[in-house]
Amino acid sequence: MRDSQANIMKWRYFQQSLFFALFRAAALIITLALGGIVIYIIINGISAISWEFITKPPTHSMTKGGIMPAILGTIYLTVGAISIGLPLGVASAIYLTEYAKQGRMIRLIRVGINCLAGVPSVVFGLFGLAFFVILFKFGSSILAGSLTLGFLILPTIIGASEEALKAVPQTFREASLALGVSKWQTIYRIVLPNAMPGILTGSILGIGRAAGETAPIMFTTAAFFTSKLPSSIFDEVMALPYHIYVLATAGTNIEETRPIQYGTVLVLVALVLGINMVAILVRAYMRRNKRW
Amino acid sequence: MDANIIIKLKNVNFYYGENRALTDITMNYRKNKVTALIGPSGCGKSTLLRLLNRMNDLIDGTRVEGEILYEDKNIYSPDLDPVEIRRKIGMVFQKPNPFPKTIYNNIAYGPKLNRVGSANLDELVEQSLKQAVLWDEVKDILNQSAMNLSGGQQQRLCIARALAMKPDILLMDEPTSALDPISTAKIEELVEELKKVYTIIIVTHNMQQAARISDETAFFYLGNLIEYNKTEKIFTKPDVKQTEDYITGRFG
Amino acid sequence: MNRKTKEIFIKYIFFVFALVAIIVLAMIVFSLFREGLPIFRQVSVKDFLFGMEWYPTYDPPYFGIFPLIVGSFIVTIMATLIAVPLGVLAAIYISEIAPRVIKEILKSVIELLAGLPSVVLGFFGMVVIAPILQNVFDLPTGLNIVNASMILALMAIPTISSISEDALYAVPQEFKEASYALGATKFETIAKVILPAALSGVTTAVMLGMARAIGETMVVLMVAGGAAAIPESIFDSVRPMTASIAAEMGETPYRSLHYHALFATGMVLFFLTLTFNLIADHVSNKFKQTGSATL
Repeated sequence: MRDSQANIMKWRYFQQSLFFALFRAAALIITLALGGIVIYIIINGISAISWEFITKPPTHSMTKGGIMPAILGTIYLTVGAISIGLPLGVASAIYLTEYAKQGRMIRLIRVGINCLAGVPSVVFGLFGLAFFVILFKFGSSILAGSLTLGFLILPTIIGASEEALKAVPQTFREASLALGVSKWQTIYRIVLPNAMPGILTGSILGIGRAAGETAPIMFTTAAFFTSKLPSSIFDEVMALPYHIYVLATAGTNIEETRPIQYGTVLVLVALVLGINMVAILVRAYMRRNKRW
Repeated sequence: MDANIIIKLKNVNFYYGENRALTDITMNYRKNKVTALIGPSGCGKSTLLRLLNRMNDLIDGTRVEGEILYEDKNIYSPDLDPVEIRRKIGMVFQKPNPFPKTIYNNIAYGPKLNRVGSANLDELVEQSLKQAVLWDEVKDILNQSAMNLSGGQQQRLCIARALAMKPDILLMDEPTSALDPISTAKIEELVEELKKVYTIIIVTHNMQQAARISDETAFFYLGNLIEYNKTEKIFTKPDVKQTEDYITGRFG
Repeated sequence: MNRKTKEIFIKYIFFVFALVAIIVLAMIVFSLFREGLPIFRQVSVKDFLFGMEWYPTYDPPYFGIFPLIVGSFIVTIMATLIAVPLGVLAAIYISEIAPRVIKEILKSVIELLAGLPSVVLGFFGMVVIAPILQNVFDLPTGLNIVNASMILALMAIPTISSISEDALYAVPQEFKEASYALGATKFETIAKVILPAALSGVTTAVMLGMARAIGETMVVLMVAGGAAAIPESIFDSVRPMTASIAAEMGETPYRSLHYHALFATGMVLFFLTLTFNLIADHVSNKFKQTGSATL
């Protein structure tokens, strides 16, 4: 009896170590996959990176030269997207956390936000094409691309802002209201300043997404190749993600331009992961030093 | 070791990180008795209870010093498996915590894992529920979710679930604090019955409860064992002034 | 304007902003219908959805998107088969087993993986995975279902893993304590108590991961191979709906039949992902009402 009990225990612990090894392996595979991809890109891309590569436009039908217009284009688009997505998203989150009462309307708004978050990026591209490029006659332009990307990152920003607003202690609001300060003044002077760091770091993740998206800008902004820099928001621009796609699939000489492709990929990865890393580190720092 | 003694604590200290929660506790628990642990909130009584089946292992950064002997073995010695200890020393928690499973599967959970009584699982379930005086109320709904039971029924289910493991000792951590008076009375009656078979150690914040159901009472204050004696003695003429003050409600 | 009216006014302004998400959703539906519906004057809904031939530039053109739908589903299902075990098991490791430092590192790794642009993953699939597949299995091309599924799985893993982890983390501590107190090992507690209690949350995670995979564009555009035919083996090329839209939209004349057909494909895609998201939303709402709150 005692012996069989011991055997059962042995079996149970064997089972446990077996499955734990499996759980560990899964985590390890994911880490290795990410690490492998990033390291591979760095190793192959680093040799292409030079001052000229980053500051000069492409030459010889994109088989030589740099990628400066694409970098610049991505920055324009990202700034454009955030200046549309951030105000809308924060305002929306303020209503949802500060004003809204539970009810059918709020439920509907939340479902709407979730659904918007799930809309495929290529459908955003179609929407941008039909709505901004054609219906609003913006043409293929920075404006059309920024609007499309701005709406694409809206759910991310709403989510991050809501979380940051909810994290502001209720006592702050009560203290302010108890002093006879109006609700809007309380939000504006107490809640928002305290939530701002959280809103911004959360939104940085949205920025990273906007910088890396390809499908939404394919039909709304991105130029295959332009040597001149945009002079207004109604001009098309090159963009890093689209440039990678073009070079890798439709360039004049795909094999010969591999180094340029790797270099461009590295620049994009560094840009996007750099942005995300900043957000993650800032957030970790803030959590550690939170005073409330 | 005295045959009547089932658990023996020798100079036990317990730390949460840097904070000492229990100081130099030495005490013996008697077999087939109900021992009540009382004292104001934060006095360490629940912490002590959770030491006895190594539930504090689940909390990061805790540390135990001293010896806790059960069947002449230190339950904190490295070659002893906490899983085996918890099989013999059952626990009922402050808040009823049935699993979101059927009533039947709640009871069968422990025995199935330990391959105990697997031949007669139905019988074991029935027997445990009868012991916990819940059988008549649930015998027709064994396949319904335990979450549908009332709070008092859930707590008796948790007791039955612990009994199904046929433990030697039952630890009860303020088992009635989340219950209404009628359910509380039922649980107290149950404890009376159970002590014939089991050793029961119960933490309670309710002095009347300790007086009603326990044979021995230990009073804790700020992590120290202040006084430990027959319940009758503690509640009629305690030796220590602090105990008297607490029992008569002068602080608490 | 007195203070009270001003406050009410401000509240309504914010309400309008809160509606933006729904308005955008409505604008998306509107534009898809406006540009997509005209195709059905020429092609019946049935022929469009179930037609086996997608030859949009032939004369006469054929607009049957069934092979594209099959393509989308097959890569999504295969990606799910890879991503669900990896994502869920890793989530269990992170939430229940990993020491705190490793836990933080893994969470960051997964967040960074989520941040990798899809074009980068697609590029990786083209230049690294494809040649390997081609050599190992002696194939005419490494741009096929297997390749696309693997890369898509990488894209779905962060979604699946992080939402599953939240669900596991949300399982009340009481359940775990009860299980340990009954002499269960850690693994038994995970398998019999924690995972079942988190099941609806994990289901939500899987649904959202699938929604992400089916809507993903650049990866399938670059590595699925692009053949608009029903595949016969997992080493065949496919042309999922997203890839078809992205590849062809640039070359099609404005308001041609082909243009309308691509928008109609977008409609199909939109409603598919919408369904996935609504199911996920429904499951996660049911999930909120369980747990210790039912006491």
